[in-house]
Amino acid sequence: MLVHSRKGKWATWAVFFLLFLPLFALPLLVVLAASFATNWSSALPSGFTTGHYTAATRGASLQALTTSLVTAVTASLLALVVGTWAALAAHALKKRGRRVLDALFMLPVAVPSVVVGLAILVAFSQPPMLLNGTRWIVILAHTVLVTAFAHQSVSAALARLDPAYEQAAASLGARPSYVLWRVRLPLLLPTLTAAAGLCFALSMGELSATMMLYPPDWTPLPVQIYAASDRGALFTGSALAVVLMTTTVLVLFAVFRIRTKASYR
Amino acid sequence: MSGGSGIRFDRVSVAYDGTTVLDSLDLTVEPGEVMALLGPSGSGKTTALRAVAGFVRPASGRVFIGDRDVTALPPHRRGVGMVVQQYALFPHMRVEDNVAFGLRAQKVAKGEIRGRVAEALEMTGMAAYARRHPRELSGGQQQRVAIARALAIRPGVLLLDEPLSALDAQLRSGMLAELSRLHRELPDMSILYVTHDQIEALTLADRIAVMDKARLRDVGTPRELYRAPRTAFTASFVGNANLLPVTVGAEGVAFGGTELKVATGDAAPGASATLCVRPHLVGLGTGPNQVAGTVSEVQWRGATHRLYVDVAGHRVMADLRELREPPAHGDSVLLHFAPDDAVLLSAGVTTDG
Repeated sequence: MLVHSRKGKWATWAVFFLLFLPLFALPLLVVLAASFATNWSSALPSGFTTGHYTAATRGASLQALTTSLVTAVTASLLALVVGTWAALAAHALKKRGRRVLDALFMLPVAVPSVVVGLAILVAFSQPPMLLNGTRWIVILAHTVLVTAFAHQSVSAALARLDPAYEQAAASLGARPSYVLWRVRLPLLLPTLTAAAGLCFALSMGELSATMMLYPPDWTPLPVQIYAASDRGALFTGSALAVVLMTTTVLVLFAVFRIRTKASYR
Repeated sequence: MSGGSGIRFDRVSVAYDGTTVLDSLDLTVEPGEVMALLGPSGSGKTTALRAVAGFVRPASGRVFIGDRDVTALPPHRRGVGMVVQQYALFPHMRVEDNVAFGLRAQKVAKGEIRGRVAEALEMTGMAAYARRHPRELSGGQQQRVAIARALAIRPGVLLLDEPLSALDAQLRSGMLAELSRLHRELPDMSILYVTHDQIEALTLADRIAVMDKARLRDVGTPRELYRAPRTAFTASFVGNANLLPVTVGAEGVAFGGTELKVATGDAAPGASATLCVRPHLVGLGTGPNQVAGTVSEVQWRGATHRLYVDVAGHRVMADLRELREPPAHGDSVLLHFAPDDAVLLSAGVTTDG
């Protein structure tokens, strides 16, 4: 930490907790408390039950969780491939081409995701590219939305990667493809896993574009949570939210364990 | 493998964004020769090396390795070994996999790889570290692995880009000896050695190419360049030098009113020229070619004393074996040097005065 005096350190910690607790931790704790309650009319919730969880982990809710997981995994893997590919291609371009490509890939972040959802809905509702009504339109939208982040982090890592490695590899007689698979991608592995984690987390929580696109047989969990709170079932919604949160955190945890292993090398 | 393939630069120019960083270089490295490219930073020496490796494309001119014109070939098809200053060992691979990298990339038979990796590690004294990762090695050890990795592909040409500059002085002289030994063991391999360190160049090279400001200034054996430099730049960059402005006379030169006896070659009497005298060949006291001056500074360097003496408005350096009683600042002293120890720089002669 940059603050050295003992008093200064205490003050910093105090400010940190004053801001962190009410802004970040408390709302999450409230959701956690609500998920176990049947009634919340006074200061604290009452009527402890695990019934919401029983409901949240079976039937339509379980279905929604799998839907979300499949969507997020597929979308983040696709985004990782496309984003990495684009970043590698942009890296080989001259300055201007690189800038154009970077700007193009930033577009889905700059445009509100509702707009992206609408655009995809309009674009893929007509043959020959008729995806509307299938799960693929949701996965496509998520991929478009998160590819920007994958592209961004891989580009940044590529810019930092010392060209001496690939040059050493080339001077040893390795073809560019061999250099890519054996040297550049392994060196980028920590970044790739981090990017995958980020994409996954973003996709797990995506609601606004999904709302416009999801077919009845492909309802991701955030849509379920929204529907639950919309019809006033706040406690059921809270339980679903906790399930979503826990699943995401568990997957991220697994991904980052791979990452630490990769960066240790 | 390829029994001795030299390198030839044929009027090679390289420019970045309109700035010429290498200006029509003509240079031949004979098969089996160690050529040092010596020069200050920005002199174009590294660019020349990178043109051989294929990482810069010449704006004009051709690069040959052996009889092959490699100017348009991508780096991976040139068959050169390269070792760079920062080693660039692959951090995610063990030492043995680093060394095997080139062989695997070139699809050498599996059975052969093991033997050649062991051989390369043996040659560089790193056999005991085969299972380590690069991060577990010291700088000197990493450098040896980088050399082993380059040697494993049995290149006809080895490019060394400031390979020792990241090592401390003691390790450096050890590695210099190692490199000489390696070259004795692989006499067919040509080595192009880029350095800004004259000691490395003098120790290792068969010939030295002196570069400055994107141009080749001088080529010659270390002895030629040191004993009889042609230009003031070479004289001051290859070793230390006193460069004295003199006027050529009938049987010698005049320096600040003093007649000095030196070989003038075919320089015309009356011409202005530069006389090069190495500081360690200057003696204190009376002798041939003596000049009088005042001591302006005394530096004790352990084994030697370096005197800076003002002679007729010019500063003359003298490196003397450690003196019992060194002269003090402001003392008047006599300096001398043998006529054979001074060189009139042939490129520095101008008749217009």
